[in-house]
Formats: sequence, structure tokens, C-alpha cells
Amino acid sequence: MKNYPLLNRIRESRLFLPLGALAVILIFDAIYAPGFFNIAIQGDHLYGNLIDVVNNGAPLMLVAIGMTLVIATGGVDLSVGAVIAISAAMGAVLINPALGNQLITNEILTRDATNTPLPIIILADLAAGTLCGLWNGFLVSRARIQPMVATLILMVAGRGIAQLITNGQIMTIYYTPYFWFGNGYIFGLPVSVYIVAIVFILAWILVRKTSIGLFIESVGINSKSSYYSGIDEKNVKLLAYAFCGFCAAIAGLILSSYVHSADGNNNGLNYELDAILAVVMGGTLMTGGRFSLFASVIGAVVIWTFTLTVYTLGVPANALLAAKAVLVMVVILLYSDYFRRFLNRFSEHKGPEHGRAN
Amino acid sequence: MAERTKFFLLRYGPLLTTMTVFVLAYLAGGWLYPAMKNPQVFFNLFINGGYLLLVSIGMTFVILTGGIDLSVGGVIALTTAASAALLKAGVSPFVVMPLMVILGIVFGLTQGCIVHFLKVQPFIATLMGLYFARGMAYIISLESVTIKDSFYKSLALTPIPIPFLDAYVYIPTLVGPIMLIVAIYLTYFTRFGRTIYAIGNNEQSALLMGLPVARTKILVYSFSGLCSALAGIVFSISLLAGYGQFATGTELDAIASVVMGGTSLAGGVGTVIGTLFGVLINQTIVSILQFNGTLSSWWTRIGVGILTLIFIGIQSLFYIRRKHS
Amino acid sequence: MAENRNILSMTGITKTFPGVLALDDVDFSLRKGEVHGLMGENGAGKSTLIKVLTGVEQPDAGIIELDGRSVHVRSPQHSQELGISTVYQEVNLCTNISVAENIVLGHEPHRFGVLAWKKMNALASQALKRLEIDIDVAQPLGNYSLAIQQMVAIARSLEFTSAKILILDEPTSSLDVNETNLLFDVVRKLKSEGLGIIFITHFLDQIYRIADRITVLRNGKLVDTYDTASLPRVELIAKMLGRSMTDLDAVSKSKVEHEQKASGECLLEAKGLGLKGSLEPVELALRVNEVLGLAGLLGSGRTELAGLLFGVDTPDSGSLTLSGKTIQRFSPLESLKNGIALCPEDRKAEGIVGELTIRENIILALQARYGWFKFLSAEKQNEIAQKYIQLLGIVTPSSEQLAKNLSGGNQQKLILARWLATNPQVLILDEPTRGIDVGAKAEIQKLVLDLAAQGKSCVFISSELEEVLRISHRIVVMRDHKKAAEYSGDVNDQTIMQTMAGNL
Repeated sequence: MKNYPLLNRIRESRLFLPLGALAVILIFDAIYAPGFFNIAIQGDHLYGNLIDVVNNGAPLMLVAIGMTLVIATGGVDLSVGAVIAISAAMGAVLINPALGNQLITNEILTRDATNTPLPIIILADLAAGTLCGLWNGFLVSRARIQPMVATLILMVAGRGIAQLITNGQIMTIYYTPYFWFGNGYIFGLPVSVYIVAIVFILAWILVRKTSIGLFIESVGINSKSSYYSGIDEKNVKLLAYAFCGFCAAIAGLILSSYVHSADGNNNGLNYELDAILAVVMGGTLMTGGRFSLFASVIGAVVIWTFTLTVYTLGVPANALLAAKAVLVMVVILLYSDYFRRFLNRFSEHKGPEHGRAN
Repeated sequence: MAERTKFFLLRYGPLLTTMTVFVLAYLAGGWLYPAMKNPQVFFNLFINGGYLLLVSIGMTFVILTGGIDLSVGGVIALTTAASAALLKAGVSPFVVMPLMVILGIVFGLTQGCIVHFLKVQPFIATLMGLYFARGMAYIISLESVTIKDSFYKSLALTPIPIPFLDAYVYIPTLVGPIMLIVAIYLTYFTRFGRTIYAIGNNEQSALLMGLPVARTKILVYSFSGLCSALAGIVFSISLLAGYGQFATGTELDAIASVVMGGTSLAGGVGTVIGTLFGVLINQTIVSILQFNGTLSSWWTRIGVGILTLIFIGIQSLFYIRRKHS
Repeated sequence: MAENRNILSMTGITKTFPGVLALDDVDFSLRKGEVHGLMGENGAGKSTLIKVLTGVEQPDAGIIELDGRSVHVRSPQHSQELGISTVYQEVNLCTNISVAENIVLGHEPHRFGVLAWKKMNALASQALKRLEIDIDVAQPLGNYSLAIQQMVAIARSLEFTSAKILILDEPTSSLDVNETNLLFDVVRKLKSEGLGIIFITHFLDQIYRIADRITVLRNGKLVDTYDTASLPRVELIAKMLGRSMTDLDAVSKSKVEHEQKASGECLLEAKGLGLKGSLEPVELALRVNEVLGLAGLLGSGRTELAGLLFGVDTPDSGSLTLSGKTIQRFSPLESLKNGIALCPEDRKAEGIVGELTIRENIILALQARYGWFKFLSAEKQNEIAQKYIQLLGIVTPSSEQLAKNLSGGNQQKLILARWLATNPQVLILDEPTRGIDVGAKAEIQKLVLDLAAQGKSCVFISSELEEVLRISHRIVVMRDHKKAAEYSGDVNDQTIMQTMAGNL
């Protein structure tokens, strides 16, 4: 009863592409940059490229989880990068010991102290991100603005808001407990890995242990049928965008903690592209419908393995952009109707009787 | 007669709103900062906003068909970086400029084909275009390259006095207004232009009317590519440099200007004249912030974001009214 | 000879879509200077036939001859070049540009590389004058009524092609009486100019006013072509609806058994329920154990009524009470909670969620009622799915198949299963048997009767009168967005058809 060949094929194909891509990159590394696999123990934790992949890739994995839900409803969230910046700015400002203090001296600024207790900082970050997500969700589900346009507005204004929060400066953070999120280790593994695991499990429970996942897929496939079936499609969309904002906020926390600073212009730059790439690579169609959180996370891992591999080969970071853009196009085309039709035609040539039977 | 007035208002309402907002914004600026009353400040809007006007014109065409072009900023950066590198290598500016124009057209053409034939959503296709163009710019040079070519320098530094006024502009400043005239000609007086409106209203209908939908859509993206390349040339002349990080966020400013100019993001409604005023509003906000000095530049982004939202709201209001009438 | 010359003849046209035989060996011919009505209910194949003729679809088999020469219509553009002009129900013009542009664009006059607006406007005015219409052509098309837009569409289709054939696809569905008269004047004028006109409508009186001959299609098959004068109205309806008595007798019997059980208790009552522009106020009472048939032609307001009862649209007049309680909020979710269910007319767009599995489709509405956090366990889902797959006899290898892979009849059963799983009191079925085979039809009809016997109430909407008569305890006939009559007990199909047809 559990072995339906068709379903298995779909399941396989959703993970097939990201895992296949990962394998190709790793084989490439094994041949041309064997040092990529070195893992050493440094002090109390593991150290090496593979650890960096999961540590550096953690924010993207988080954003990809949120983006998966939004894309599955048939929308898109272009504001994730800006939300990351807002979250990072919130964190930095609340820590800033000079908050409201007129006599700012270098000594005060660089003190390893915080103005606000850490739990409140985290809560404020998450609240800010969720609020941004709710705003997007409101524009899409209630004001009926196309998702691309609605989230574009926050994409413009969001970085402005982030700079407004930090008063236009790049704020360096000196409060060491804050660094733990992006640089700490538990049992030898980066803290960020555990955060991703927690959010992933949370998201998985949210979509697979409640009916929300089913509703998201249903709305993404056929919004009208879903409405006729009594599904509250507006709130389903609202939830997806809010959750995406929430994920981006955690990503902002980790990112700012990792680089010890908040920069409204550069935190989370190009994350919208990477997240879309990760989700599409994970087999979720841009038109919405079926999704797999795990495949999206693997998609994010692929992107960072690719990125770090390219770094190890000595290619500059910025040039990577062009390569990624081409990669997204190829992946989108692989999943497009056009390509499918091509494949179908191909398979029809092979077995015309089978085609007739349907 | 009242009926006619109503139709007139419904038809030109968004445009009139934009013009009023611009005039009010400028007057408010002049009242707050008397220095803004200097005519030169007005012409500075064109000098500083020249490249934005160019990309916004191209963007207007694309948005009128119901699409979007997020790649404009990337194409500007790529054009500046490529021009700077070529000029540094000793290529004549008279070769570089046409080459850049061709580059822009080919870039847009490719995007148009991807959108039309492969049915990729415009924002995805052009977002990829944006990153691809920026990436290519970085591949050309990781650092800002200064332009030392004498022809570029003379273009950048020769002021053209405005008759009867104590003001001046530069030669590259004129490219935007010239393209505006070309764009007005194209939208009002050619089949190409009218087809753009038809497609934006209803692509299926346009197809059934026997209009060349495929060709027009692809041409529109090519035109936007051309405008971006011209903007890139203007940009490289005014800064005398080329760099992959130039013109970040231009796509958003351009979209905001187009929307503020009364063009509907759903397509089919809008004018290039409106876009001119959208750009002027954008630049006025920037000027006011500059004159203020204490308000920082990020307020531009927030302001533009809020204005965009307001104008989207106004448009949907007009749209509803028009539907009911 | 000249008078009876066929300018168009289509023979043996066959067209299949995945799972549907849309046209089955259909013949059609059109003479010079005639208005030829094409009649049939939804899914009869009218629009497919037109699409084949205009090159939108390619036929699987069959020959199209124009003026005696065999042609292969490649595309809509090609059909225009061949002299076939089409005006659709939805005006396929652009409302944002001027009337003149809508008429002239594609053939616009130029002067020195500049669009000659004045000449363009003059050309357009002239084209409209041919149809005896005088309006300001410089205004955007959207400023004018749908009737004028329709005329503009005709003007465009005639102006720059040497049109020999004009297809009018439901041109009057959004026009009022005067506008329709205006259109008919134009049609008569064009007819006298020697055009062959194919006229598609679901308004019977209009067909009788304008058409010389009528071709009736049903279920993708040609019924026949008749001279209008020799075909009484009631007969036409009978031809359109079909009256096959084949293997449905069993259903009739079961109805008789249940007949007595229909109690007098009123379950759902609509008082003056209406929505401007969609349905005029309607009185309706639905009793427990009852199957209420809703008869009426396409566009009579039957689907709109179903939509209001289910809360898809919010009515602007009247009230709806369920077991004595007035319903305040109208939405599918509210109806679901109140125990009202609707199997919508458009199965693909409003019914199934194609990329979900059969199991997920079945539990969808039930889960929507349970909300986000009371998630049915996998076992429970399987149990429900299996139960209804067996109960309704959905033919599928497993409940994990995608819904889109099911045949039409099984998809219909699937939607029925989705609603039965929520255990509704009131079940509204809009065309549940359209496009499915006879066996499945009988099963669904039987099921509806069984449900009524079990204490539920059903509203049964169908274009097939036979079916409505067979299983309904009472029949409400809709016409022109109004309730035309209500019949209970024994009523024959003649009476109902006459009511559907209106005043004779």
C-alpha cells in the first residue's frame, strides 16, 4: 500500500535534482580540490569547508524554508533581503550601549555590553521580521496586489528602514554573547546548525502535522477550487508570508552575529535570488503547489557548496553572481512546461501505446 | 458636457495627480529652502536624474505591456564597467558608445525572448538578467575603473547654457529628453506603440486582433535594454568611471517613477509624459533631502516606497471608478 | 443555384481532448446570405466547432471546404485571411485604446511615418456608419456600452477582410432588448449583402427571429440541421436536451419508493433572495428528504442561484434561512459549517485540485471545516478516502493517484465524495452529470436519491430535462434570471419545455 510507483517517482525527482547537483559538485571537489573535505578539530569544535557550508549557509537555509511556503502558495517574497537587514539593524541598535546617550565615546561604543537583555533582542528581531511578513501578506491577500509588486515595495523601503534604525551607519557589535548565534559551537557543531534544525522541525510540524501544508498546496494549485472547498485562502497566504518574514528575521540575527555588525545596505544582499534558486532547485514550481522543505534546504546547501567551491578555486565572490543567474535560468527551464513537453514528446516517441492508453 | 469632463478626469486623473504632486513638492521645497528657487536647481533634476529618466522610459514601455524589467540597474553597471575597460584598453569612444548600445539591445532582446518563448515570468527572467549583468561587470573589473578619455571628459564637463535663464546643463543631460520625444513618438504615432497598449490591456485580444504580439513584446524588452545602455553611457560620462556596484536599486527607483507617473503595473494604462513627472518627483525628494542636510538619504527609499504604495492605491481607485462608469 | 450555394461545408469533423470526445463526426454547412443558428447546451460542441473553423483548434479528422475548395485552417489569422470573421461573446478588443484604433489597428494609415489619426478616425467612423452607428471614435472603447463594443468588434471584423462568413458567438448575452434589435438590424443588413452568418445563442426567441436554418449539436454529435420554419420551439428544446430512455429505468423506480418519505418540513428557505445583475429575487423552499430539480437553459440563472445558496456571492436582497435560522455571513466556509455543500458546474476550475491526490481531494472540505490544527491523521484520511472511493465506485488503482488523471465521471464523483465526507444536510449539485457516460450518470442519480432517502435535501441542476424529471420531487424552472414556475408531483416534459421556452 505504501509503494506507489508514481508517487515514489515524484518524491525521488524532487530530491533528485538538488542531491544530484550536490554530488556533482562534491565529486568535482574530490578531484580538483581534495582539501575541501578536510575536517580538523580546532579547540572544542570541528573546522573545515564542509562545516563552513552549513554554518555560512544557515541563513540561506532558513530563508529558503520560509520562501518555500510563499512560493508554494503561488507567490514570491522579494523582500527577504531587506527583512534580514531590518532584523540585523534591530539587534545592533538594541545592543548599542550608547542608545539615547548623548556623550558617545569610543570606549562606551566598543564596550562588551548590551542595553537590552538578549532574550528581548531576539524577540524584538523576530517580531520585526514577522511584522514585515504580515505586511506583505496583508498586501497580497487583502489588498490583492500582485506578490511581486507587493514585496517589491518592502524591498525598496525595507533597506531604507534598516538604515533608519541604525541611523545610516554600519554598526559594529561588541557584545560577545550575541556572537554565539553565528560563531558558537555545541558539541563541536556550529550553533546555527541547531537553529536551522529547530526552525526546520518547527516548520515541518507546522505544515505536515497540521492541515496548513495541505491548504498551502491546494491554494497554490487551484485557488478557486480551494475557496469553493471552504479553505480560508486569504489567511493561508497571510500565514505563509508572515512565516517567511519570521525566517528572514532569524537569518538576520545569525548573519549580523556572524559578521559582528549590521549594515542596512549589505546585510542579506541578493538573498532573494539565492532563496528563489534554492526553492526552485528543490522542485517547487514558481506557479505554486507541491513543495518539499527538505529539498529546499538541500537546495540551499548546494548553493553554498557551489559558492565555497568557487572561492576555494580563487574566483572572486562578485563574479559568482553571473554564474548563479545562469544556474537559476537553467533550473527554471528544467522544470518549465516547455521542457516537460519536450520530455513528453520524447517519451511518446518511445512508447506510443502507453500514450494512447491514457 | 459633464459626462465628457468625467471621462477626461478618469482618463487623465492619474497624470494630473502626478503633475500636481510634483508642483506641490517642488513649491514646498522652495518654501522650505529658498535656494531651491534657483532655476539651476530645477535643471539639476535633469542633470542628476538623466539616467533615471532614461531607464524609466524603457521601463514604462515594458510595464505598459504588463511586464517588468528588473535588470536595468545591472545593465547600467555592466555598461559603465565595459566602457571603462574598453576605453582603458585604448578603444575609441566612437566605437565604445555604439558597441554599448548594441550590447544593451542584445541583452534586452535575449530577456524578451526568454519571457515570450520560454514563458518565464518577466520578473524572474529580468531578475536573473540583473544578477547576470552585475556579475559580468565584476568579471570585467572588481574595482572601480576611472575613465581618462578626453572625449568623455569634454562631454562631462562642457556646460550648455539655458537661454534666458542663469542655468546650464551638460550634453549627456540632453539624451533623456531626446529619448522622451522618441518615446512619445513611438507610443502615440506608431503601430508599435499602440500595440504595446493593446497587449497591456489584453494580450489574448491583441492576438485575436491579429497584432504582432510576439514581435512587440520582444522589441519592448530590447527597447528597455537600449534605454538602460544609454543610461549607462550617461552614467559613465557623469561619474567618469565604471563599476559593477553603480546604480544599485535603480530598478526600484525606475518602477517607482513609472508608477508615480500614473502607469498601471497591470499594464495598458499610462504615459511616458507621466513617467517624466514621476522621475521629477523622485529627484525633487532627493533634492529636498540634500538641501535639508540633516535628513539622510535612506529617507528617499522610504519616501519612494510609501509614494509607490499610495500611487498603486490611487490607481486601483481610478480603475474601479472607470470600471463602474 | 446561386441562392442555395454552400459557401462553407464541414464534413466529418472529429476532435478529441484528453478524456473527452468534443466533436464526433459532425457535419455543418452554411449558405450565402443566410443566418444559420448553432444550438446546443454547454458541452454540446458548439464552441469547439467554431474553434476548428477559426483555426484555434485543429480537427483530428474531417474536411473543411470554402467555396468548394478544401482548406486547412492553420491559425486565427489564417481564418481571417480566408474571409472568416468572428465576434465573440466577450468582446476581444482592447478597452484602453480608442474606438478608431480598435477598428483600424493593423491596417492603420500613415503619413510621413506618423500615424494619421484624423484619417484613422474617419475610416473608423465610416466603418461604423455601414452598421448605422454614429459615435465619437476618438473615445476609449471602454467608455461605451457592451452593445457598442460588440458593434465595434463587428465593424473591425468586416472592415479589412473581404469577409464571406461572419461568426457571432453569443453576441447578445449581455445586451438588452433595444441593443439586441440594433444588432439584428445590422445582421439583416449584412445578410442582404450576401454574407453567410453563423449565429450562436442560447436565447430561443432570438434564434426564431433571425435564423433561417438551425443546426443542433448534443454531446459532441450532430443531431440534425432544420429549417427554422419547420421546427417548433418545443421540438428544438427536445432536440437540444435529448431524450434517451436507455438504461436509466432503475433510477425511476427507486424514486417512487422514496416518494412518500419527502416530508413537509422546510429545511432551507430563500425569501426574495437576489443579486443585482445576476439573479432577480427568488422564493425557494427546500424540504427534508427532497430532491428539488432546477431546470432552465444555460444562462437562465440556475448557476447564479446555486452560487447564492452556497455563499459564493453575497446576495443584496432577501434572506436565506436554514432550519429557521437566518444566515448572516455568506462564504463557502460558512456554508460548509452550516452543512450546505455545492458541487460546482465547472469541474476543472472550481472543483478538483488536480495536482493533489484523490485522498487529499476527498478530505479537503472536511479538513477545511476542522480548521488548521485539527489535522486528520494519515490513517483517518485513508479510511475516509477508501470509504468514499468504494461508496461512489471511483475507479482508480489507488487513492494516491493525482486527481487530474481521473476521467470526467470519476472527477465528478470525487467532488461529490469531498462534500459527502462533510456530511452535509443540503447538497447542491450543479450539472453533476455533464460530460460523463451513461453508466456513471445513472450511478450519480441513484446516489442523489439515496441521499434524499437518508434525510438529506438535494438541489439538482441539470440541462438534461429527462434527468431532472426522473429524480426530482419538485421542479423549479428558471428563465431570464428569474424563477419562471414551480411544479410538484407529476408534470410532463412538454409543460416544462414550454416554460423554459417562455411565451409562445
